[in-house]
Amino acid sequence: MSILKADHITIRFGGLTAVSNFYLNIKEGELVGLIGPNGAGKTTVFNMLTGVYKPTKGKIYFNNQEINKKKVDQITALGMARTFQNIRLFTNLSVLDNVMVGCHLRIKSSVLNAVFYLPQYSQEENNVREEAKQLLKEVNLEKLKNNLAGGLPYGQQRKLEIARALATRPRLLLLDEPAAGMNPHETKDLMSFIQKIQEKFKLTIVLIEHDMKVVMGICKRILVLDYGITIAEGNPVEIQHNPEVIKAYLGVEAHYA
Amino acid sequence: MKKKKKDYFILKITTILMVVVFVFIAQRNFDAYVVRILNLCGIYVILGVSLNLINGFTGQFSLGHAGFMAIGAYVSALLYMSPELKEVNYFITPIIWPLSVIQIPFVFSLIIAGLVSAGVGFLVGAPCLRLKGDYLAIVTFGFSEIIRVLFCNLQSITNGPLGLKGLPSYTNLWWTWGMAIFTVWFVKNLINSSYGRALKSIREDEVAAEAMGVNLFYHKVLSFVVGAFFAGIAGALLGSLVMTIDPNTFSFFMTFQIIIIIVVGGLGSVTGTVIAGTVFAILMEVLRSVESPMRLFGLHIPGIPGMRMLIFSILLMIVILFFHQGLMGTKEWSWEWLYNKLTGNKKEIEEGS
Repeated sequence: MSILKADHITIRFGGLTAVSNFYLNIKEGELVGLIGPNGAGKTTVFNMLTGVYKPTKGKIYFNNQEINKKKVDQITALGMARTFQNIRLFTNLSVLDNVMVGCHLRIKSSVLNAVFYLPQYSQEENNVREEAKQLLKEVNLEKLKNNLAGGLPYGQQRKLEIARALATRPRLLLLDEPAAGMNPHETKDLMSFIQKIQEKFKLTIVLIEHDMKVVMGICKRILVLDYGITIAEGNPVEIQHNPEVIKAYLGVEAHYA
Repeated sequence: MKKKKKDYFILKITTILMVVVFVFIAQRNFDAYVVRILNLCGIYVILGVSLNLINGFTGQFSLGHAGFMAIGAYVSALLYMSPELKEVNYFITPIIWPLSVIQIPFVFSLIIAGLVSAGVGFLVGAPCLRLKGDYLAIVTFGFSEIIRVLFCNLQSITNGPLGLKGLPSYTNLWWTWGMAIFTVWFVKNLINSSYGRALKSIREDEVAAEAMGVNLFYHKVLSFVVGAFFAGIAGALLGSLVMTIDPNTFSFFMTFQIIIIIVVGGLGSVTGTVIAGTVFAILMEVLRSVESPMRLFGLHIPGIPGMRMLIFSILLMIVILFFHQGLMGTKEWSWEWLYNKLTGNKKEIEEGS
């Protein structure tokens, strides 16, 4: 069953076509990698899927529902969450508060209900707090829950960002370069972590990544973008031997080498 | 743990009782001048805390507070003035019909003033909050100027530049301090709730907040409307305190004073705003002496009106240079802190809050 379908989407910024005719169909439970050289349009694709940019052409379906006209927060509420390439935590809030912001969309009580701390709200607040703590336990940050998010080391900030995204209870998780700036040991951790949360939260994951070890190691299916065009699609072995991909990454001279 | 909870309860009750007793004594025995300053303290606290909700906690730089105060002051005054008083005031252009005969008790006029101000806050906020940073500041500043000019020219409703004079003096310490405490309580509960976390997340990173499912529009307008509500009430209290209002009372100068309060107190700290608001109200009176003619080193200096603001500007610069985040930054006073001070406890690390 298809969870996300990008039906030949194109986006132009003025005269520049950033992504052209992009097609993507993801089934529930898949782990798909999106790779390509710098400036290929990978993050632009994420921004279109999450509603930050509106595609110039083409339609996006999430759970067979068209989401072209939906706003970012509405799409998140439907069950799509993301992380950012350059970490965007709420740096001056505590680690726990960061995760609890992700739970905010499930608060049903009204503002006045919350201000006067009526039983309905206090129940919700407690549930949210428990859930956030549980998620922090999942990413091994529960001891740091009262620290400011901006003060965490880089690797933990990455994990906190994933925990915050999980707090929205997504079905589809988009990870934008989760291993960027990590050392080999942290990267290895991250790979098993991604697989662990996929199983535990029954997620479908799309990830952008430059670290080929990560992509080849955990993705079952890989899409390669170059200059906004999908140049290859397939499993890791196919991608590694695809001449188009080698050309995109190493340049034409590679043929003669 | 049980005992601690009980102690907190006793602590809170004692504090509230002490405030009540203080207000009771102050209202009856203190000099009228001192009471007036204490009243201004309360009003500045309401204004500061409500503007800090918009500027400090939600990160939307608004300069429209004077406009909301004007709306609150006029709406309440038009509602609680007696028909006879209105007739005396509107001697050039008579007041239009329904307003000329209405008179309701002060307390209701106060609530309606807040609600009307909040309603205008919604109408202004809905289109303006699409803008960010400097642009929002300019547009909200424009709004408060529009209100001022509008009130100058709507003679049959506001009596134009003549203003309203001889307003009954309903404002007393019970009102100002009561409302100030209510405002602080309301805003503190709001920012500590899930909605408050969403507001702060917007301040921190709008893009990320939206991606986490925070409806930017709803939450920005929410903080704007709540801020406008309390600004309207503060305006109404101020009108009945000084007993005369005219559109120029609510010029940009007014907003600037509140901005000083929240910047000095710390954008994002209710405690800082309360301290700064109180100090500001007191200094405004104490520093009156620098505006009167004086002899300095044998030189005769004539009274220069506005010297006080010069001193405030210098104070503001000092605070910005040496306390980058204001006096309190984003820190807050808490019952726990007071409790530990009183019992001499070292700060304990709370487990499983």
